[in-house]
Amino acid sequence: MKIAVASGKGGTGKTTISTNLARVLSGSHKVQYLDCDVEEPNAHLFLHPQITSRRDAGVLVPQIDESICTSCGKCAEFCYFNAIACLANTTITFHELCHGCGGCAMVCPERAITEIERPIGVIECGISGEIEFVHGRLNIGEAISVPLIRQVIGHARPDRVVIMDAPPGTACPVVGTLKGADKAVLVAEPTAFGLHDLTLAMDLIRELSLPCGVFINQFDIGDDRVERFCEANDIPIWGRLAHDRRIAEAYSRGMLAVDAVPEAAASFESLASELLRGGGL
Amino acid sequence: MKICITTSGQDMDAQVDPRFGRAQAFIIFDTESGDWQLLANSVNLNAVQGAGIQTAQMLAKAGVSAVLTGHCGPKAFRVLDAAGIKVYSGVSGGVSEAVEAFKNGQLSAAGGPDVQGHWQ
Repeated sequence: MKIAVASGKGGTGKTTISTNLARVLSGSHKVQYLDCDVEEPNAHLFLHPQITSRRDAGVLVPQIDESICTSCGKCAEFCYFNAIACLANTTITFHELCHGCGGCAMVCPERAITEIERPIGVIECGISGEIEFVHGRLNIGEAISVPLIRQVIGHARPDRVVIMDAPPGTACPVVGTLKGADKAVLVAEPTAFGLHDLTLAMDLIRELSLPCGVFINQFDIGDDRVERFCEANDIPIWGRLAHDRRIAEAYSRGMLAVDAVPEAAASFESLASELLRGGGL
Repeated sequence: MKICITTSGQDMDAQVDPRFGRAQAFIIFDTESGDWQLLANSVNLNAVQGAGIQTAQMLAKAGVSAVLTGHCGPKAFRVLDAAGIKVYSGVSGGVSEAVEAFKNGQLSAAGGPDVQGHWQ
Protein backbone atom coordinates (compact mmCIF):
# COMPACT_ATOMS: atom_id res chain seq x y z
CA MET A 1 0.00 0.00 0.00
CA LYS A 2 1.50 3.29 -1.15
CA ILE A 3 0.14 6.50 0.34
CA ALA A 4 1.11 9.80 -1.25
CA VAL A 5 0.99 12.97 0.84
CA ALA A 6 0.36 15.85 -1.54
CA SER A 7 -1.01 19.38 -1.70
CA GLY A 8 -1.65 21.89 -4.43
CA LYS A 9 0.04 24.56 -2.35
CA GLY A 10 3.63 24.53 -1.19
CA GLY A 11 4.35 24.94 2.50
CA THR A 12 1.07 23.46 3.75
CA GLY A 13 2.83 20.79 5.79
CA LYS A 14 3.32 17.79 3.48
CA THR A 15 6.62 16.84 5.04
CA THR A 16 5.37 17.50 8.58
CA ILE A 17 2.34 15.29 7.99
CA SER A 18 4.16 12.53 6.13
CA THR A 19 7.13 12.23 8.51
CA ASN A 20 4.92 12.19 11.61
CA LEU A 21 2.48 9.77 9.98
CA ALA A 22 5.38 7.47 9.09
CA ARG A 23 6.63 7.57 12.68
CA VAL A 24 3.19 6.79 14.12
CA LEU A 25 2.54 3.98 11.63
CA SER A 26 5.95 2.48 12.29
CA GLY A 27 4.74 1.59 15.80
CA SER A 28 2.47 -1.08 14.36
CA HIS A 29 3.54 -1.62 10.75
CA LYS A 30 6.65 -2.01 8.64
CA VAL A 31 6.99 1.42 7.07
CA GLN A 32 9.02 2.71 4.17
CA TYR A 33 9.38 6.42 3.52
CA LEU A 34 10.00 7.78 0.00
CA ASP A 35 10.82 11.46 -0.31
CA CYS A 36 9.67 12.12 -3.89
CA ASP A 37 10.32 15.86 -3.73
CA VAL A 38 13.64 15.35 -5.50
CA GLU A 39 14.10 19.03 -6.29
CA GLU A 40 14.13 19.93 -2.61
CA PRO A 41 14.09 16.81 -0.46
CA ASN A 42 13.77 17.75 3.22
CA ALA A 43 12.31 14.74 5.06
CA HIS A 44 15.83 13.69 6.07
CA LEU A 45 16.00 16.82 8.23
CA PHE A 46 13.28 15.33 10.46
CA LEU A 47 13.80 11.58 10.15
CA HIS A 48 17.61 11.83 10.39
CA PRO A 49 18.19 8.58 8.51
CA GLN A 50 21.49 6.83 8.54
CA ILE A 51 22.35 6.62 4.84
CA THR A 52 23.52 3.13 4.01
CA SER A 53 23.70 3.24 0.21
CA ARG A 54 24.05 5.86 -2.46
CA ARG A 55 23.95 5.46 -6.22
CA ASP A 56 23.92 7.72 -9.25
CA ALA A 57 20.63 7.98 -11.07
CA GLY A 58 20.43 8.77 -14.74
CA VAL A 59 18.19 9.02 -17.71
CA LEU A 60 18.82 7.25 -21.01
CA VAL A 61 19.44 9.72 -23.83
CA PRO A 62 20.04 9.15 -27.54
CA GLN A 63 23.45 9.08 -29.15
CA ILE A 64 23.30 9.25 -32.91
CA ASP A 65 25.84 7.56 -35.16
CA GLU A 66 26.09 10.17 -37.92
CA SER A 67 27.83 7.71 -40.24
CA ILE A 68 24.63 5.63 -40.35
CA CYS A 69 22.02 8.40 -39.92
CA THR A 70 20.24 9.31 -43.15
CA SER A 71 18.56 12.43 -41.68
CA CYS A 72 15.15 10.92 -42.37
CA GLY A 73 13.76 12.90 -39.44
CA LYS A 74 11.62 10.14 -37.95
CA CYS A 75 13.25 10.50 -34.52
CA ALA A 76 12.69 14.27 -34.40
CA GLU A 77 9.12 13.81 -35.56
CA PHE A 78 8.52 11.24 -32.82
CA CYS A 79 10.01 13.24 -29.94
CA TYR A 80 7.16 14.86 -27.99
CA PHE A 81 9.66 16.90 -26.00
CA ASN A 82 11.36 18.39 -29.08
CA ALA A 83 14.79 17.20 -27.97
CA ILE A 84 15.96 16.34 -31.50
CA ALA A 85 16.45 18.56 -34.54
CA CYS A 86 17.00 16.87 -37.86
CA LEU A 87 18.72 18.89 -40.58
CA ALA A 88 19.71 17.91 -44.12
CA ASN A 89 23.21 16.85 -43.15
CA THR A 90 23.15 16.42 -39.38
CA THR A 91 20.88 15.44 -36.50
CA ILE A 92 21.27 17.39 -33.26
CA THR A 93 20.18 16.15 -29.85
CA PHE A 94 19.41 18.19 -26.73
CA HIS A 95 19.96 15.82 -23.86
CA GLU A 96 18.75 18.27 -21.22
CA LEU A 97 15.26 18.15 -22.78
CA CYS A 98 15.12 14.35 -23.13
CA HIS A 99 12.79 12.40 -20.83
CA GLY A 100 14.43 9.09 -21.75
CA CYS A 101 11.42 7.35 -23.27
CA GLY A 102 13.57 5.57 -25.87
CA GLY A 103 11.06 6.18 -28.66
CA CYS A 104 13.62 7.74 -31.00
CA ALA A 105 15.77 4.61 -30.93
CA MET A 106 12.68 2.47 -31.64
CA VAL A 107 11.52 4.45 -34.67
CA CYS A 108 14.98 4.85 -36.25
CA PRO A 109 14.89 2.66 -39.39
CA GLU A 110 18.70 2.67 -39.64
CA ARG A 111 19.31 1.70 -36.00
CA ALA A 112 21.63 4.71 -35.80
CA ILE A 113 20.57 5.57 -32.24
CA THR A 114 22.01 4.00 -29.13
CA GLU A 115 20.96 5.05 -25.65
CA ILE A 116 23.56 6.27 -23.20
CA GLU A 117 23.03 7.17 -19.57
CA ARG A 118 23.16 10.81 -18.54
CA PRO A 119 23.42 11.38 -14.77
CA ILE A 120 20.66 13.60 -13.34
CA GLY A 121 20.96 12.98 -9.60
CA VAL A 122 21.53 10.49 -6.82
CA ILE A 123 19.34 8.13 -4.84
CA GLU A 124 20.17 7.57 -1.18
CA CYS A 125 18.74 4.79 0.96
CA GLY A 126 18.96 4.46 4.69
CA ILE A 127 17.24 3.69 7.93
CA SER A 128 15.55 5.93 10.48
CA GLY A 129 14.66 3.91 13.57
CA GLU A 130 12.20 1.35 12.27
CA ILE A 131 11.54 3.28 9.06
CA GLU A 132 13.24 2.43 5.79
CA PHE A 133 14.18 5.65 4.07
CA VAL A 134 14.73 6.52 0.39
CA HIS A 135 15.14 9.90 -1.26
CA GLY A 136 16.33 11.30 -4.56
CA ARG A 137 18.41 14.41 -5.01
CA LEU A 138 18.18 16.05 -8.41
CA ASN A 139 21.38 17.68 -9.64
CA ILE A 140 21.37 21.48 -9.46
CA GLY A 141 20.30 23.07 -12.74
CA GLU A 142 18.50 19.94 -13.90
CA ALA A 143 15.04 20.72 -15.33
CA ILE A 144 13.52 17.27 -15.59
CA SER A 145 12.71 15.52 -12.32
CA VAL A 146 10.15 12.86 -13.22
CA PRO A 147 12.64 10.15 -14.31
CA LEU A 148 14.35 10.45 -10.90
CA ILE A 149 11.01 10.42 -9.05
CA ARG A 150 10.08 7.22 -10.88
CA GLN A 151 13.33 5.63 -9.78
CA VAL A 152 12.68 6.63 -6.16
CA ILE A 153 9.21 5.06 -6.40
CA GLY A 154 10.85 2.01 -7.96
CA HIS A 155 12.36 1.35 -4.50
CA ALA A 156 8.89 0.88 -2.96
CA ARG A 157 8.55 -2.55 -1.35
CA PRO A 158 5.25 -4.42 -1.67
CA ASP A 159 5.36 -5.70 1.90
CA ARG A 160 5.64 -2.24 3.45
CA VAL A 161 3.29 0.62 4.18
CA VAL A 162 4.91 3.16 1.89
CA ILE A 163 4.59 6.87 2.65
CA MET A 164 5.43 9.08 -0.34
CA ASP A 165 6.17 12.74 0.30
CA ALA A 166 5.10 14.42 -2.96
CA PRO A 167 6.50 17.60 -4.49
CA PRO A 168 4.26 20.69 -4.24
CA GLY A 169 1.91 21.87 -6.95
CA THR A 170 -0.08 19.98 -9.55
CA ALA A 171 2.46 19.70 -12.37
CA CYS A 172 4.41 16.76 -13.84
CA PRO A 173 6.48 15.91 -10.72
CA VAL A 174 3.28 15.55 -8.66
CA VAL A 175 1.54 13.57 -11.38
CA GLY A 176 4.61 11.31 -11.56
CA THR A 177 4.38 10.74 -7.80
CA LEU A 178 0.61 10.23 -7.61
CA LYS A 179 0.67 7.77 -10.51
CA GLY A 180 2.74 5.48 -8.32
CA ALA A 181 0.35 5.75 -5.34
CA ASP A 182 -2.68 3.73 -4.20
CA LYS A 183 -4.22 6.57 -2.25
CA ALA A 184 -3.50 10.16 -1.38
CA VAL A 185 -3.70 12.42 1.63
CA LEU A 186 -4.16 16.03 0.57
CA VAL A 187 -2.83 18.51 3.10
CA ALA A 188 -4.65 21.86 3.16
CA GLU A 189 -4.80 24.97 5.30
CA PRO A 190 -8.22 26.49 6.08
CA THR A 191 -7.53 29.71 4.20
CA ALA A 192 -8.47 31.24 0.85
CA PHE A 193 -5.11 30.23 -0.63
CA GLY A 194 -5.37 26.80 0.92
CA LEU A 195 -8.79 26.18 -0.60
CA HIS A 196 -7.79 27.54 -4.00
CA ASP A 197 -4.87 25.14 -4.29
CA LEU A 198 -6.78 22.23 -2.73
CA THR A 199 -9.34 22.69 -5.51
CA LEU A 200 -6.57 22.35 -8.11
CA ALA A 201 -5.19 19.27 -6.36
CA MET A 202 -8.67 17.71 -6.25
CA ASP A 203 -9.06 18.23 -10.00
CA LEU A 204 -5.82 16.31 -10.50
CA ILE A 205 -6.83 13.55 -8.07
CA ARG A 206 -10.15 13.08 -9.91
CA GLU A 207 -8.32 12.90 -13.22
CA LEU A 208 -6.19 10.09 -11.79
CA SER A 209 -9.19 8.40 -10.07
CA LEU A 210 -7.17 8.10 -6.86
CA PRO A 211 -8.89 7.46 -3.52
CA CYS A 212 -8.13 10.40 -1.25
CA GLY A 213 -8.91 12.29 1.91
CA VAL A 214 -8.00 15.67 3.28
CA PHE A 215 -5.87 16.48 6.31
CA ILE A 216 -6.40 20.03 7.57
CA ASN A 217 -3.25 21.53 8.97
CA GLN A 218 -3.62 24.39 11.47
CA PHE A 219 -7.37 23.78 11.40
CA ASP A 220 -8.03 26.32 14.13
CA ILE A 221 -6.76 29.31 12.15
CA GLY A 222 -8.53 30.76 9.09
CA ASP A 223 -12.14 29.76 8.56
CA ASP A 224 -14.36 26.82 7.65
CA ARG A 225 -14.18 27.13 3.84
CA VAL A 226 -12.04 24.00 3.40
CA GLU A 227 -14.41 21.99 5.62
CA ARG A 228 -17.40 23.24 3.62
CA PHE A 229 -15.68 22.41 0.34
CA CYS A 230 -14.96 18.86 1.52
CA GLU A 231 -18.54 18.41 2.71
CA ALA A 232 -20.00 19.73 -0.54
CA ASN A 233 -17.78 17.43 -2.61
CA ASP A 234 -18.02 14.29 -0.44
CA ILE A 235 -14.31 14.33 0.35
CA PRO A 236 -13.53 12.65 3.67
CA ILE A 237 -11.55 14.64 6.23
CA TRP A 238 -9.02 12.20 7.61
CA GLY A 239 -7.55 14.41 10.29
CA ARG A 240 -6.84 17.84 11.70
CA LEU A 241 -3.78 19.30 13.34
CA ALA A 242 -4.00 22.38 15.55
CA HIS A 243 -1.86 25.47 15.15
CA ASP A 244 0.71 25.14 17.92
CA ARG A 245 3.85 27.18 18.39
CA ARG A 246 5.55 24.17 19.98
CA ILE A 247 5.18 22.24 16.70
CA ALA A 248 6.90 25.07 14.83
CA GLU A 249 9.65 25.18 17.42
CA ALA A 250 10.17 21.43 17.16
CA TYR A 251 10.19 21.73 13.34
CA SER A 252 12.87 24.42 13.48
CA ARG A 253 15.05 22.03 15.48
CA GLY A 254 14.50 19.13 13.08
CA MET A 255 12.24 17.28 15.51
CA LEU A 256 9.01 15.45 14.82
CA ALA A 257 5.82 16.98 16.23
CA VAL A 258 4.79 13.65 17.75
CA ASP A 259 8.03 13.58 19.76
CA ALA A 260 7.67 17.14 21.02
CA VAL A 261 3.94 17.74 21.46
CA PRO A 262 1.90 14.93 23.03
CA GLU A 263 -1.43 16.30 21.73
CA ALA A 264 -0.12 16.19 18.15
CA ALA A 265 0.36 12.44 18.37
CA ALA A 266 -3.42 11.98 18.63
CA SER A 267 -3.96 13.79 15.32
CA PHE A 268 -1.57 11.47 13.50
CA GLU A 269 -2.93 8.37 15.20
CA SER A 270 -6.41 9.27 13.97
CA LEU A 271 -5.04 9.84 10.45
CA ALA A 272 -3.27 6.49 10.62
CA SER A 273 -6.42 4.71 11.75
CA GLU A 274 -8.46 6.37 8.97
CA LEU A 275 -5.91 5.07 6.47
CA LEU A 276 -5.90 1.61 8.08
CA ARG A 277 -9.69 1.53 8.11
CA GLY A 278 -9.65 1.82 4.32
CA GLY A 279 -8.13 -1.66 4.32
CA GLY A 280 -5.26 -2.97 2.29
CA LEU A 281 -2.51 -1.92 4.69
CA MET B 1 17.90 34.25 -51.22
CA LYS B 2 15.04 33.45 -48.90
CA ILE B 3 14.91 35.20 -45.55
CA CYS B 4 12.54 34.69 -42.63
CA ILE B 5 11.04 37.45 -40.49
CA THR B 6 9.21 36.51 -37.29
CA THR B 7 5.90 38.34 -37.16
CA SER B 8 2.97 38.88 -34.84
CA GLY B 9 0.72 39.59 -37.84
CA GLN B 10 -0.12 38.18 -41.25
CA ASP B 11 1.57 40.29 -43.91
CA MET B 12 4.37 42.70 -44.79
CA ASP B 13 2.61 45.54 -42.92
CA ALA B 14 2.71 43.61 -39.65
CA GLN B 15 5.16 44.00 -36.78
CA VAL B 16 8.22 41.85 -36.10
CA ASP B 17 7.48 39.33 -33.33
CA PRO B 18 10.27 39.59 -30.73
CA ARG B 19 10.00 35.85 -30.02
CA PHE B 20 11.66 33.35 -32.30
CA GLY B 21 10.49 29.83 -31.38
CA ARG B 22 7.05 30.90 -30.28
CA ALA B 23 6.52 33.64 -32.86
CA GLN B 24 2.93 33.96 -34.09
CA ALA B 25 4.02 33.32 -37.68
CA PHE B 26 6.86 33.75 -40.18
CA ILE B 27 7.12 35.69 -43.38
CA ILE B 28 9.37 33.94 -45.87
CA PHE B 29 10.63 36.68 -48.17
CA ASP B 30 12.47 36.14 -51.43
CA THR B 31 15.01 38.96 -51.83
CA GLU B 32 15.36 38.42 -55.61
CA SER B 33 11.71 38.34 -56.61
CA GLY B 34 10.22 40.31 -53.74
CA ASP B 35 7.61 37.55 -53.28
CA TRP B 36 6.62 36.53 -49.79
CA GLN B 37 4.51 33.91 -48.13
CA LEU B 38 3.19 33.42 -44.61
CA LEU B 39 4.24 30.34 -42.68
CA ALA B 40 2.04 29.49 -39.69
CA ASN B 41 3.60 28.45 -36.39
CA SER B 42 0.62 26.89 -34.63
CA VAL B 43 2.40 23.62 -33.80
CA ASN B 44 5.55 25.10 -32.27
CA LEU B 45 3.59 27.88 -30.57
CA ASN B 46 1.98 25.24 -28.36
CA ALA B 47 5.01 22.98 -27.91
CA VAL B 48 5.58 21.71 -24.36
CA GLN B 49 9.23 22.68 -24.68
CA GLY B 50 11.89 23.04 -27.37
CA ALA B 51 9.83 25.39 -29.55
CA GLY B 52 12.96 27.17 -30.78
CA ILE B 53 14.57 23.88 -31.82
CA GLN B 54 11.60 22.79 -33.88
CA THR B 55 11.07 26.23 -35.38
CA ALA B 56 14.72 26.30 -36.45
CA GLN B 57 14.32 22.85 -38.02
CA MET B 58 11.19 23.96 -39.86
CA LEU B 59 12.94 27.05 -41.26
CA ALA B 60 15.90 24.94 -42.36
CA LYS B 61 13.47 22.74 -44.30
CA ALA B 62 11.88 25.86 -45.78
CA GLY B 63 15.31 26.72 -47.19
CA VAL B 64 15.85 30.11 -45.61
CA SER B 65 19.35 31.59 -45.37
CA ALA B 66 18.71 34.25 -42.74
CA VAL B 67 16.35 34.91 -39.84
CA LEU B 68 15.32 38.40 -38.69
CA THR B 69 13.87 38.36 -35.18
CA GLY B 70 13.86 40.01 -31.78
CA HIS B 71 15.56 37.39 -29.66
CA CYS B 72 17.15 34.01 -30.22
CA GLY B 73 18.10 31.57 -27.44
CA PRO B 74 21.01 29.12 -27.31
CA LYS B 75 19.23 25.96 -28.49
CA ALA B 76 17.56 27.62 -31.47
CA PHE B 77 20.84 29.30 -32.32
CA ARG B 78 22.69 25.99 -32.25
CA VAL B 79 20.25 24.47 -34.76
CA LEU B 80 20.18 27.55 -37.01
CA ASP B 81 23.98 27.71 -36.95
CA ALA B 82 24.28 24.02 -37.84
CA ALA B 83 21.86 24.60 -40.71
CA GLY B 84 23.99 27.51 -41.95
CA ILE B 85 21.26 30.06 -41.28
CA LYS B 86 22.43 33.52 -40.24
CA VAL B 87 20.61 35.07 -37.27
CA TYR B 88 19.86 38.80 -37.08
CA SER B 89 18.53 39.39 -33.58
CA GLY B 90 17.51 42.69 -32.00
CA VAL B 91 15.21 43.46 -34.94
CA SER B 92 11.99 45.33 -34.12
CA GLY B 93 9.36 47.50 -35.80
CA GLY B 94 7.61 46.72 -39.06
CA VAL B 95 8.35 43.68 -41.21
CA SER B 96 8.82 45.76 -44.41
CA GLU B 97 11.24 48.10 -42.65
CA ALA B 98 13.21 45.13 -41.33
CA VAL B 99 13.46 43.70 -44.86
CA GLU B 100 14.63 47.06 -46.23
CA ALA B 101 17.24 47.36 -43.48
CA PHE B 102 18.46 43.86 -44.30
CA LYS B 103 18.63 44.56 -48.04
CA ASN B 104 20.54 47.79 -47.40
CA GLY B 105 23.08 45.92 -45.29
CA GLN B 106 22.11 47.80 -42.13
CA LEU B 107 21.76 44.66 -40.00
CA SER B 108 24.64 42.60 -38.71
CA ALA B 109 24.53 38.88 -38.08
CA ALA B 110 24.66 37.71 -34.46
CA GLY B 111 27.64 35.63 -33.36
CA GLY B 112 25.59 33.78 -30.77
CA PRO B 113 22.32 33.71 -28.85
CA ASP B 114 21.28 37.05 -27.35
CA VAL B 115 19.18 35.61 -24.50
CA GLN B 116 19.49 32.71 -22.06
CA GLY B 117 17.54 29.52 -22.53
CA HIS B 118 14.40 29.04 -20.46
CA TRP B 119 16.09 26.39 -18.37
CA GLN B 120 19.11 28.42 -17.30
